[in-house]
Amino acid sequence: MKKVSFAHMGYSYLGFKQLVEDMGFEAIVPANPSPATLDLGVQYAPEFACIPFKTVLGTYLEVLNRGAEMIITSGGVGPCRAGLYGLLHEKILRNLGYNFEIFIFDPPLTGLVPFFWKLRRVLKETRLSWLAFIDVVRRAWAKLKLLDELEQMATATRPYEIKRGATTSAFNQCLEIVDRARSSKEIAAAGEECRQLLQSVPRDEERRPLRIGIVGEIYVLLEPFMNLDIEKTLGEMGVITNRSIYLTNYTTTDVLAHGTEDIRQIAHPYLNQFVGGHGQSSVGETILYARNGFDGVVQLAPFTCIPEIVAKSILPRVSRDFNIPVLSLTIDEQTGRAGVETRLEAFVDLLRQRREQMEARSNAALLPGY
Amino acid sequence: MQPCYLGIDVGSVSTNVVVITATGEVLSSLYLRTHGQPIQAVKEGLRQTKAALPGDVEIAGAGTTGSGRTLAGAIIGADIIKNEITAHAVASRQEVPEVQTILEIGGQDSKIIILRQGVVTDFAMNTVCAAGTGSFLDQQAARLGIPIEHFGDLALKSRNPVRIAGRCTVFAESDMIHKQQMGHNTEDIVGGLCEALVRNYLNNVAKGKEILPPIVFQGGVAANAGIRAAFARALQQEIIVPRHFAVMGALGAALLARNYVAKHPGTKFKGFEVSEEDYQARSFICQGCSNLCEIVNIEADGQLIARWGSRCGKWDTLGE
Repeated sequence: MKKVSFAHMGYSYLGFKQLVEDMGFEAIVPANPSPATLDLGVQYAPEFACIPFKTVLGTYLEVLNRGAEMIITSGGVGPCRAGLYGLLHEKILRNLGYNFEIFIFDPPLTGLVPFFWKLRRVLKETRLSWLAFIDVVRRAWAKLKLLDELEQMATATRPYEIKRGATTSAFNQCLEIVDRARSSKEIAAAGEECRQLLQSVPRDEERRPLRIGIVGEIYVLLEPFMNLDIEKTLGEMGVITNRSIYLTNYTTTDVLAHGTEDIRQIAHPYLNQFVGGHGQSSVGETILYARNGFDGVVQLAPFTCIPEIVAKSILPRVSRDFNIPVLSLTIDEQTGRAGVETRLEAFVDLLRQRREQMEARSNAALLPGY
Repeated sequence: MQPCYLGIDVGSVSTNVVVITATGEVLSSLYLRTHGQPIQAVKEGLRQTKAALPGDVEIAGAGTTGSGRTLAGAIIGADIIKNEITAHAVASRQEVPEVQTILEIGGQDSKIIILRQGVVTDFAMNTVCAAGTGSFLDQQAARLGIPIEHFGDLALKSRNPVRIAGRCTVFAESDMIHKQQMGHNTEDIVGGLCEALVRNYLNNVAKGKEILPPIVFQGGVAANAGIRAAFARALQQEIIVPRHFAVMGALGAALLARNYVAKHPGTKFKGFEVSEEDYQARSFICQGCSNLCEIVNIEADGQLIARWGSRCGKWDTLGE
């Protein structure tokens, strides 16, 4: 059986593990990225490449050392450098003397023909019929959707938990349950079990959590190791977080289609260009969070990421115009957990005080309409 | 007995201890160098503070802040452990109630805090670069053989400050050496350094922020007259340096402790005797999963008093 691996992006590895195994390969499941992974990536990556590039490179090196023979990954779409990252990864790894196959899948709409050719080549190795393959994909998709749902449920539960860490340990249990489920029926049952599990976390309903939207580059958003567990950290500070990107939503709107018209329209008065990556979405989503009554927005930007740099310089204006505080965090391998926690804690203090002040004002009816 | 409140700010460069009365009056304030040994610094700070206080003082609440706040909080038994941004804002608001902008430059970080109507509305901290912080000035003063206390006054004597690349401390240093070798005099180089630091601060940390007066400048670097003048020139505004500018974080922590205890009576403060105890910090790497978290144990006389560092929460169960 051929040993196949893939990049580690948040909790999606469970879905991809199933996909690869059901296709008849042996999955080399990448471990959670660790400081060692990052060190490995930093060692062989160009100095000013962004942290997602370095982490993914480190992950590839780890799985290749564990015997992976094939890597299946997605390609980014330019115009930012991410469009070339798959190719650059391949080149660096080959120069290091690794022998492996790599399939970089670009979004099908950027080229249907190459997409299907690549897919056919992968399928040929598996002796799966197209029909069987569709079933495999459907089940992996169901799992990915479930993981996204559970993650959102956990972030909505955490600020209410009475015992600190109860949600996180329930969520970790969920991951094990989801991992075991394979058939459609089992996945549905696992979903039920996990929802129950998260619902049974003892809650203090008296609390009034703040709501913070998190925007930025997809990899630092999705991978807790990269963003220093921002959602857990904020959750334990009493904040419900919502990310602008969840993998399955993003795949439907941006990978299989040309992005949500909405977000581009909304961002348009501030940024009328697709600057690559998620720059335009970061601006649009911030406006959307403001409109939906969120208390604040955190932007996660990998150091040297051009699209996020563009967004970062526009966000102060958006913040003023829409009266929503925005905190921009730049992340690279030098980023310390303590520094991020300090900024998040201060940001939460700011939002709390602001809410109190706004409520005091509206109670005093100084600002009718609030 | 007079109820008083203790605030400790453990920073990278200095550890500050402040004791205030119930009305917010500063009874004692202390500025010590941390010298990379936060535990030692906290103990020494407590010892000296106790000696300086009148006998009828009773600590009714304690707060910690700064990068070593968790550690200090565990040692002294803090009622409230707060980030330095909030602490600085609280202290500044007490000293200059109308304040709208706080410029703060400390040992290894610098921040800007924007307040409107007494509430923090925005802030920023240096992220990927430490150029333009106190440590850099310290180093350069030492290299030029000028005591840091005289650095600012020397800068004020400069007639034609030279332009120094201020983006990165290492390059700023090479640029300075180059300017010395070109024959510029020390005053102008020191003056240029102050301007570079301020330029770097305004272009990085304060980028996109609306700087409105009153502007308060605090943190250890506010002692430097050269930097104060450079800020006033660059912003075309009066720069207010509060009385306790060097210990504002600790003052803020004390004020926060006072407010906290007013709402949640009874302090957890362990008393000044903790300075007699022997503290050890040990760390190990948890091999439980691929996250490989670094777990830190704090022990007092061999007794585990605090532990942190795990991502999954496995080691956070101390005392339960």
